[in-house]
Amino acid sequence: MGLERLNSLYREVILDHSDHPHHKHALPDATHKITLKNPTCGDVINLDIDLDDHDKIKDIGFTGDGCTISQSSASMMTDAVMGKSKEQALHMAKTFSDMVMGKKHPQADLDELQDAAILSNVMTFPARIKCATLSWWALQRALLKQPDGSVDSDDSDKGE
Amino acid sequence: MDSTLNKVMNDFPILNQKVNDERLVYLDNAATAQRPNQVIKALTHFYQTDNANVHRGVHTLAERATADYEAARRKVQKFINAPEPEEVIFTKGCTDGLNLVASTYGEANISAGDEIVISIMEHHSNLIPWQQLANRKGATLKYIHLTADGELDLDEAAQLITDKTKIVAVAHASNVMGTVNPIKQLAKLAHQHGAIFVGDGAQAVPHMAVDVQDLDVDFYAFSGHKMMGPTGIGILYGKRQLLEAMPPYQYGGEMIGFVHEQDSTWAELPYKFEAGTQNIAGAVGLGAAVDYLTGIGMDAVHEHEQQLVNYLLPKMEAIDGVQVYGPQDPAKHTGVIAFNLENLHPHDVATALDMEGVAVRAGHHCAQPLMTYLGLTATARASFYLYNTQADADRLLVAIQETKEFFNHGSRKTK
Repeated sequence: MGLERLNSLYREVILDHSDHPHHKHALPDATHKITLKNPTCGDVINLDIDLDDHDKIKDIGFTGDGCTISQSSASMMTDAVMGKSKEQALHMAKTFSDMVMGKKHPQADLDELQDAAILSNVMTFPARIKCATLSWWALQRALLKQPDGSVDSDDSDKGE
Repeated sequence: MDSTLNKVMNDFPILNQKVNDERLVYLDNAATAQRPNQVIKALTHFYQTDNANVHRGVHTLAERATADYEAARRKVQKFINAPEPEEVIFTKGCTDGLNLVASTYGEANISAGDEIVISIMEHHSNLIPWQQLANRKGATLKYIHLTADGELDLDEAAQLITDKTKIVAVAHASNVMGTVNPIKQLAKLAHQHGAIFVGDGAQAVPHMAVDVQDLDVDFYAFSGHKMMGPTGIGILYGKRQLLEAMPPYQYGGEMIGFVHEQDSTWAELPYKFEAGTQNIAGAVGLGAAVDYLTGIGMDAVHEHEQQLVNYLLPKMEAIDGVQVYGPQDPAKHTGVIAFNLENLHPHDVATALDMEGVAVRAGHHCAQPLMTYLGLTATARASFYLYNTQADADRLLVAIQETKEFFNHGSRKTK
């Protein structure tokens, strides 16, 4: 088969995001911070989210190290959720994780993901689904966590 | 390269298939090896004709199963040249064997202020048991680091191993860098200071002749599945006097002498350490794997892998942008080769190689302290075995080139 099938995973837009990731920087004063690791490969994402008084994502940034898929996914995620409310962002995280598992969602939900919707092809590479979802998990965990600044916490569903 | 082993590939039905439309090239042998027909048939035969529980029936099948199980133990004993079959304990695998030693010998012999010495290249299975033992006891865990060429720093080892040291535990061969460690020398050093030496043989026993008496190791653990036996079976070799003095690891059926209401006595070796119904078919399969390897000869296996590494390593290192870790001298390298492609994450590399039908591992290889020490988060790893051929090595080389081109140009030509 050779590498032709790789084109469906490593689309131009994905490679662009991994080469020049958007919002790849720390936000020292963020209201929500989290560090997540993918234990199978050692990839790390540090996600900083700054919510305003109305629970809207005022700013978001990430740092860390990972493969093309995880880096571009994080970049596309930050583009997609910037300016969104906490509830909207959580809904998008759900849409994304459903999408890469092959579950159907209304087109409007997928459109909301912007570039990130292109990662739906990752579902044909099961070993790489975790790479794509790491940053969205981080988003979900960070938003559901009490904004006490602690990292790597497991109390993800205390809510607010 | 013309190796007489090139035909053994036909013994492995799993290799005769296409993956992503290409002939499968299986280069993940450090994770698990494939099984030859001889092992698969031994398992089937056992279940079809001899299956029963061992050492506790007087009926014919129980006698046969017991004979099969004990025959497998003696095959392994001979294979590693252990003095007595009672010193060969069946375990779940290498991890289980190392945990056994840490939880029994370690628990009984380590106190606050003692030191345990391991190396920075250890697999987590020969690291965490000692780390947690040290933490429980208030002992200190010390690490032997590496030379620039990815070998153990023996000068540092000589400084670290002192009269305070109670246990030295080091891999015989690295699962990441392919380094073969001089464990005979380390065992001698440990003994000079009154410490015991524990060898992790997971990456050595499948690939080279191992003689536990010559190495003079006190304990030596390895897995069946990396040497073409079934999963869920492994071996712990231990010197009789140490095993005799140790408390049991687990309690239950089969491992007892006599059980009273308030106290019990323990079975003789090796049964003291084989509580509950064991992986009997696994032991039989491991015995068949030993027969298979013995039939070929461990020197021939080693020579074959050495030829592959001699052929492949310089060619890999010559590819622009490929970084190979571990010893650069092929003679010091097992068939385990960790590498990275410049500006490319190993996960992306492994996915691309898989599209070419080449199976490699990518990740931290259960050696996170080593990765941290080397300043890496992950590597790709190709690992060879006796059924791999020069054609397989060539396929890897071509796939690496194509992967490089794909990510450098390929879909990026508009940039």
